[in-house]
This record gives sequence, structure tokens and C-alpha cells, in this order.
Amino acid sequence: MKVVQRPGMKGPEKIYVVEVLKGLWLTFSHVFYNLFHPEKLPTVFFPEEKKALPPATRGRHRLMKREDDSPRCTACMLCATACPAECIHIQAAESPDPNIEKFPEKFDIDMLRCVYCGFCVEACPLDAIRMDIPEVTVAGYTRDSLVYHKEFLMDHDNKDVVADYNPPRPVLWTHGPHAKP
Amino acid sequence: MTPMIDPKTLLPAQVQDNSASGLDAAKHKDKKDLVFVNLGPSHPATHGCLRALCALDGETIVAAVTEMGYLHRGFEKDAEVHTFQQVIPYTDRLNYVSAIMNNVGYCKAVEKMLGITIPDRAMVLRVITCELNRIIDHLVCAGANLVDLGALTNFWYAFNAREKVYDILEKLCGARLTSSYTRIGGLSRDTYPAFADEVKAVLKDIRKSVAEITKLVSKNRIFVDRTQGVCVISKEKAVSYGWTGPTLRACGVEYDLRKAEPYYHYEDFKFEVPVGTHGDTYDRIFVRLYEIEESAGIIEQALRKLPKGPVMTDDKRVALPPKQQTYGNIEGLMNHFKIIMHGICPDPGEVYDYTEAANGELGFYIVADGGKNPYRVKCRPPCFMNYAAFHEMIEGGMIADAIANLGSINIIAGELDR
Repeated sequence: MKVVQRPGMKGPEKIYVVEVLKGLWLTFSHVFYNLFHPEKLPTVFFPEEKKALPPATRGRHRLMKREDDSPRCTACMLCATACPAECIHIQAAESPDPNIEKFPEKFDIDMLRCVYCGFCVEACPLDAIRMDIPEVTVAGYTRDSLVYHKEFLMDHDNKDVVADYNPPRPVLWTHGPHAKP
Repeated sequence: MTPMIDPKTLLPAQVQDNSASGLDAAKHKDKKDLVFVNLGPSHPATHGCLRALCALDGETIVAAVTEMGYLHRGFEKDAEVHTFQQVIPYTDRLNYVSAIMNNVGYCKAVEKMLGITIPDRAMVLRVITCELNRIIDHLVCAGANLVDLGALTNFWYAFNAREKVYDILEKLCGARLTSSYTRIGGLSRDTYPAFADEVKAVLKDIRKSVAEITKLVSKNRIFVDRTQGVCVISKEKAVSYGWTGPTLRACGVEYDLRKAEPYYHYEDFKFEVPVGTHGDTYDRIFVRLYEIEESAGIIEQALRKLPKGPVMTDDKRVALPPKQQTYGNIEGLMNHFKIIMHGICPDPGEVYDYTEAANGELGFYIVADGGKNPYRVKCRPPCFMNYAAFHEMIEGGMIADAIANLGSINIIAGELDR
């Protein structure tokens, strides 16, 4: 047990001005330190300057692609099931490729509902959805513009933004015409 | 035209008939003198949507009635239509100043229900992140409370240190505020290599900022006069209202769940429980500042004994298999599908589990009916009990002291209204 001490005010401390001057001394030591060490200021001049986001950041979603630019997603609905905000809407269709059963005809993420929990990424058994694009300022003029469609989610060069985001998938997986050993 | 509600009818009966024992009945005989003022619900000084209807005689609050529910989002009802795992992001939004403590509280309750023991590394990491969250919660509370008293500088000193803690949490969890760090059975991810060094560095900053805040205010006449002996609540009253946490300890009751009912090996850590003597605003602020030091000590000890190993249990009922197994073999894939599609299904039953959150005892009462969704989740937020006593504390005091008191009992509306 540790009891909170009450130092009380003795002698000149009872005069308000003395303690205030001591306090100002402390404050001004900060002012002068900051004046001569501007690089150590904790303030960031947003939006001109932006802090680099760490690799762990749950950023904007994207859908990964196969070698032939078709979506890696097979519309298994695990992400939509795991989503606590129910923001993922998938419409599956039969794939034209005989080696692949299904593909998402529509894949919409409603960013107005998304809570950035990352459960969809954890749920994906195919490493088809990632939240690795370091953008956290999502803004738009209309509600429709904040529903991200499949085309927008797949509009990237399929390269790793974060190294080792997920463990590598076995080559066997991309069988058939997609396989490139 | 709808008739106006006479605010007097909302006040306690004693004030209406002017026969209150605790009030100076003779002085307030003529109730026409009283002025009715709403403190809140939308006012910057209330730190959230809280309403207190006050009857004023000059600047003195004669009587007050509190009202809550302005930030009600239906957390408990939402939990009933989501699976056990899906509730975790919702718990982030309870006490959003220290989100991980809610994650831990909820997951610990579900783990108790399932009878799962989490790995040692996960336990120690939960302790470290919880104590980091306790520190930032106390820094926010003390800093914002001093702003209410007109001491703005302290706020910046507190927030500079807090910002650095958030940087660490961001690297660790992937988000600053809505961390969703825990999973049922462990943690979502392990630490990054520089974690221990960065935490040690940030503890130095935190100690420096606490020392500076103490130096600025502890002998400042204005602060001392405005906090000592103001909005006092007795030990007995505090206990009868169900208070827990730093606010109860400020009244002189040495009750800390980390000592009384140790969990996650808290009994192995050396730390003191700071207690106040008077139960006034001063004690409530300083119990928090003292606790920051104790939490920093716990983190240092925990970093020294952080064991190696997994951060997630290998219990197949709750843990998703490693990604290699999901990708590589059919058993892993089936397990993965099973957990996400069918959820975690505890046996029918009920459980109440509690942790010492930054504001006090955070309890979760969960009823399961054998399905993947909880049948009922009841959250016991520590703020609720603190706010219940608020009207009694401010009666007889001045309006400005009521605002300072509101800051010192640290009402987080997200947790209060759920």
C-alpha cells in the first residue's frame, strides 16, 4: 500500500506567484528546447507531412490476382462470414476456366461499414484479400464512391507491399493453365 | 402545442418539497430562486454525451439529477447476433481510451467459459499491453482533468508520452485506437523485434512527463485549493455504490483485482496499490499518477520475464490453424472452414469474469446456449457505478467543481452507455 502524499504549501509556496514562476520556468525550458530542436517536435504537419505507417497497419483492402489477372478469390464466402460489420458482399458465378469452380462476379466492400478489424484477411484460406495498402484516410463525396467494387480492389500490380504478409502458398495450388512452376 | 415539462418535477422529491435533510432547507425555502441548468449533454466539458440537470442557487448546486444513454449503441444486443469472435472488435469501442483492456476482459471471459489456458507468452504480452493501456488511460484522464481546471500545459506533456505509446501499439496491433489485439485463445500476432527496447524508451518518457505534471501542479495554490476537500465521497458511500478501481482507492479502500483476485500471474509481479486518504478530486488525480509509476514497474518486470513460445493456444476448437496448414493440407483447411463457418460453440452455461481495467472492475457476464453466438452478454462497466454517484458528489458544491469532479472520475461515455 502506498498512500498519496499531500506535500502542502509551506512559507513562500503559499504565495501563488512563487510556484507559478517555478512552473513557468519548466514550461519555458520546453519552449526553448523545442525552439532549438525542431526535429524533435512531436507534432506532425499533417497533411503536408505524413507519418510512415508501420507494416502491421491494417490499411485499405485489395484483392490479389493470379498470373493471368483473374481474381485469386474463389468466392468461398469465408471473409463475408467472418466480417463483424457485414460489409463484404460477394456474388459468385461459375468460372469459365474448367480448372476453377467459382469466381466472384461481384465483390463489394462497403467502406462506410468496415471497422478495419482485419478478420477478412485472417479468414481467407487463399491469401486473396489483403489489407496492406497504407492508406487510412478514406474519403469520398458520395456514399456510392465508398463502396469499393472488384475492379477497384484489383487495380494494383499484384506486388507485395509488405514483405512476408502471409506465408508463401504452395505452387501446386495454381494448377492447370495458371501453373507456372 | 405540447406543454413544457417543468424541470422541477425531474428533481428528487426532497428538493421539490424543500424538506431535504442534507440541504439547507431554510435557505432554499422559496424554490422560485433556484435556476435550472443542464450540464451537457452536448458540452465540451462533459467529455462525452452526459447530462446532469442541476438546480442552482447562485453558483452552488443544490440538487442534481443525472441522465445517461446518449451514446447507447446496443453493444449487448449486437453481441447476441454476432459470433463469439466477432464481438472482439465491438469491445474496442467500449472504453476507447484503453481498447486492449476490453479485448482482454472479453476474451478472458470466453476462455474461462471454454476452459482454455492461454500460453505463457500470450499472458505476459497481455499484461504488458494492458499496463500500457492503463498508463495511457490515466494520462488522458489526468491530462484532461487538469484542462478542466485550467492547466492546459499538463495536457500536452501527458499527450506527448501517450502518442509514443500509440506508435508502439500501432506497430504491434495494426491500429492505433481500435486495436482488436486479442483473439479467443491468445493474441492476433506476436511482437516485432524492437518491441522491448521501444517500450523501455517510452517508459522513460512517461516517467518524465508524470514528474513534470507533478512538479507543475502539486504545490500550485490554484490546483490545491480547487481539488483538496472538493467533491468528497466517503469510503462507505463509495463501496455501497459499487465503485471499483482508482476512484475507490482514492477513498482509502485498498482494493485492486490484480491483488485481490490475481490473474495472468499478477501475484508474481511486485507492485504497490496506491490509495488516497480523503476521497476528493486531488486524491483521484494523484492515485492515477501514482498508478502510472506502478504500471511502468510491472511492464519492466514483464519484459524481463517474457518467455518464448507461441502466442496462440493450439486448442483446435478456437485457434485457426497456421496458414501453412490451411494452404497445405486438407485437415488444416477443414479446421479453418469449421471455425469460421460454424464458430466457437461453448457448451451451454454461463460465466462471469472480471479484470482490473483502467477505471475499475470490467466484468463480462456471458450466457451460452450451445450455438456460435452468445445468448446474452452483459458488460459491467466501471464507469456506470462511478456515474451513479455523481449527483451526490456534486450536490452542495460549485458548478466549476462539478466539472473538475467529472473529469476525475473518468467517465468514458462509450463504456457507460455501451
